[in-house]
Amino acid sequence: MALGLEAKLGDNVMTSTLDYIVNWGRENSLWPFVYGTACCAIEFMSTAASLHDISRYGAEVVRFSPRQADLLLVCGTVSYKQAPILKRIYEQMPEPKWVIAIGACASSGGIYDNYCTVQGIDTIIPVDVYISGCPPRPEAILDGLMKIQNQIKGETVLEDRHKDFKGILD
Amino acid sequence: MNATALEKFQAAFPDATCKVVLDSVVIDVQPDKLESTLAGLKNDPAFNCGLLLDVTGIDYKDYPKTTETRFYVVYTVRNWQDNLLVQVRTPVVDPEKGIPTATHLFDSALWGEREVWDQYGINFQNHPDLRRILNHYQFEGHPLRKDYDIRKGQVCIGNDSLEKEIRARLANNGVAESTMKDINTEIMFLNLGPSHPATHGAIRILTALDGETIMANINEIGYLHRGFEKTSENLTYNQIIPLTDRLNYCSSMMNNIAYVKAVESWLGIEITERAQFMRVVLSEFYRVLDHLVCIAANMVDMGGLTNYWYLYNEKETAYDFISRLTGARLTSSFTRIGGMYRDFYEGWESDLELQLRDIEKGIGDSIKLVLKNRIVHDRTKDVCVLSAEDALSYGFTGPTLRASGVPFDLRKDAPYYNYESFDFEIPVGSKGDIYDRIMIRFEEMFQSIRIIRQAMKFIPEGSVFIEDSQVVLPPKADVYNNIEGLANHFKLIFEGVKTPAGEWYDSFEAANGELGFHFVSDGSGRPYKLKVRPPCFYIMGGFHKMVEGNMIADAVINLGSINIIGGELDR
Repeated sequence: MALGLEAKLGDNVMTSTLDYIVNWGRENSLWPFVYGTACCAIEFMSTAASLHDISRYGAEVVRFSPRQADLLLVCGTVSYKQAPILKRIYEQMPEPKWVIAIGACASSGGIYDNYCTVQGIDTIIPVDVYISGCPPRPEAILDGLMKIQNQIKGETVLEDRHKDFKGILD
Repeated sequence: MNATALEKFQAAFPDATCKVVLDSVVIDVQPDKLESTLAGLKNDPAFNCGLLLDVTGIDYKDYPKTTETRFYVVYTVRNWQDNLLVQVRTPVVDPEKGIPTATHLFDSALWGEREVWDQYGINFQNHPDLRRILNHYQFEGHPLRKDYDIRKGQVCIGNDSLEKEIRARLANNGVAESTMKDINTEIMFLNLGPSHPATHGAIRILTALDGETIMANINEIGYLHRGFEKTSENLTYNQIIPLTDRLNYCSSMMNNIAYVKAVESWLGIEITERAQFMRVVLSEFYRVLDHLVCIAANMVDMGGLTNYWYLYNEKETAYDFISRLTGARLTSSFTRIGGMYRDFYEGWESDLELQLRDIEKGIGDSIKLVLKNRIVHDRTKDVCVLSAEDALSYGFTGPTLRASGVPFDLRKDAPYYNYESFDFEIPVGSKGDIYDRIMIRFEEMFQSIRIIRQAMKFIPEGSVFIEDSQVVLPPKADVYNNIEGLANHFKLIFEGVKTPAGEWYDSFEAANGELGFHFVSDGSGRPYKLKVRPPCFYIMGGFHKMVEGNMIADAVINLGSINIIGGELDR
C-alpha cells in the first residue's frame, strides 16, 4: 500500500520536459568536491556544520573523489604549483559539472598579486559562480550554492558546456 | 642581556663581532668560521643552544647602507633553558659557491637551508638534499632577490615525481635495492595528497610501503606558498597586519598580536596596560579556538565524528562572538602598532564568560568520549613517537615539543605582557606519542581559560592606544578639524610607521609554537625584508621521523595531531 505521493497519483501519467526533470534532480542533489587549500576551507567547514547545515540544499554528500562529484568548490588560494592538480581534478570529474570559486583568492588572486599566486582560477578551469569575501561568510557560500541551483534550472541536457574553454595550462 | 653575557660570547668567539640587539646576541662571522661558531653554540655547555629556530637569507642589493657583500645568511638559535637567543650572521661572497651547511649540527637546517636556496639562490655546500621547497620544480630564478619582479609568475605543468628522493630515503633507512624487488617485501609507493581529505589542506606525503608499514616517507610542501614575504616588502607596517591573519588562519589574532609585538619591540613602544591585558585575553582565546579545530579534525581522522560536532560547534558560536568584537569571523586584523583597533564592547565580559562555559562544556563532553575510549588509546598510545632530542634537533616548538617532554614555552621562559604574574601550568608529555599531543592540547585549553579568567579579573581601565602621533592614527575629530591631525593621518597612511634602520628578531608563543618575525628595516615605513619563523614549517620537516616504521593510517592521525596549517607552513 502506497502512502505518499504515489497513493494520490495512482496509475495516472504525468508529462514534463526531460530538461525539467533532469535539472530538478541535479540541482537538489549536488555532490561537492571540496578543493580546500586555505582559510576559505575553514568557512566551508562552518557551512557544513550544524548551524548552517548545507544538507538543507541537498549538497551534504561531500566526496573526496572527483569521480563521484559534480560540484567543484575551490576554497582558497591556488598557487602556480597547485594549478596542474586543480586542473587534473577538474578533468577527472564526470560531466555535468559546475565550479564555484569561493573567496577572493580563488576568484581573482585576492590580496596576493604576486609571483606565486594564480590570478583567479578561471585562468585554469571554467568557473560558474564567484563568491566574494576574504573569507566569505557561510551564508555567502550557501548563496553561491543557490545561484548554481538557479543556473542548473535553466540548462539543457542537449548542450555541452565549456567545450571551447582554453586556460593557461591547456 | 647584560654586558657580562656579551663578554662571554666575545671571549668564546674571538674572530667574530658580537653585539646585543633587543634580547638577542648577534654574532657576525666569516663563512670559514660559521661551522665552528654554530658547533660551539650548540655543544659548549655555557651556551647550550640546541634549538635552531630559523635560517634566512638577506639580499642587500637596494639597501641604503652598503654592506660587505650583497647576500647574508642568518641562523637563529636558542638555548631554551636559559632564555638565550643568538643570531649568527655570515656574509656570502659568491651565492653559487655558497657557505658550508649546518645540517650535520641541526636537522632543522635541512628545510631551513632549502628555503634559503629556493628563495635567494644561496648554495649550501654538502647539503644532502638541496632543492626547491616552496616554489615549484620548474621555477626559474629566486623570488626573494631584490631584482626579481614580484608579479613575474611562472606557470607549472605537471608534478615532480620525487622518485629519486624517496629511493634515497629508502636506502638511508637501510632498505636495500634487492629487498625492494623481493616478491614478499615489494615496496609500494603511495601518495597522500596534495589534494586528499586527510591532509587538511595541500601537502604531499609520499610514502614507500611494505604492506601497511611505512618504510620511508618524504613530504612536499609549498602548495599554498602565497608570497607573504615578498608582498610585505611593498606594504607599510600596518598594511601587513591583514596578511598575518592568513598565516595560521585558525588563530588569526595571535598572528596579529605576534606581528605588532615584534614591530613595537623595535620601536621601543610600551603599550598601555589595558592593551596588554586585551592581547593576553584574546591570544589565549584564540589558542583555545586553534586547539578546538585541531582536535576536532584529528578525531574525525580517527573516526570519531561526534567529537567534531561537540568541539566544532563551540568554535562556530565563538566565531559569531568574535565578529561582534572585530567585525570578521575568521580574519580579525584587530591589532594596530601601538595598541588595539578598539576596546572591548559593552557587555563583552558576560558574553565571554558564557562563551567560555560553552567551550568548557564542549571540551568536557568530548573528553568523556575520549579519555577511556579503547579505540583512541589503541590508536594513539606509543604511535608515532618522537624523542625529545629529535624534536629539538628538528626545531619543534609549542605543544608538539612539549608532548615530547621538553617544557619550553615562551610564556614561561621569556614572558611578555605580564605572563609571569598569571597562575597557569605548562602541560608536558611523557612519551611524545600522538596521545600526548592530543592530551596536551586538551589541557592547554583549560589552562588558557584559566588565564583568560584571571586577566579579565585584573584588566585595568584606560586607553587601548598609546599617545604617539608618529605611530598611532589621530582621532577622527582631529583629522577632520585641524591641519596637524590631517597631516599626521596622511603621513601614517601613505608612508607608514617609520622604524629605525636595523635588524631584529622577536618571537611569540603562538598556538603551534614559536612564531617569530625577523625584520630588516631601512628606516622607511615599509620593511626591507620580513621573514616569518613559522612553527609548522619545522614540525612538518620532522614528520618523516615520526611516521617511519608506523602504519599508513597512523600517518594520517599523526598529521592531524601536529596541526599543520597551510597558510603558516608555506606562507
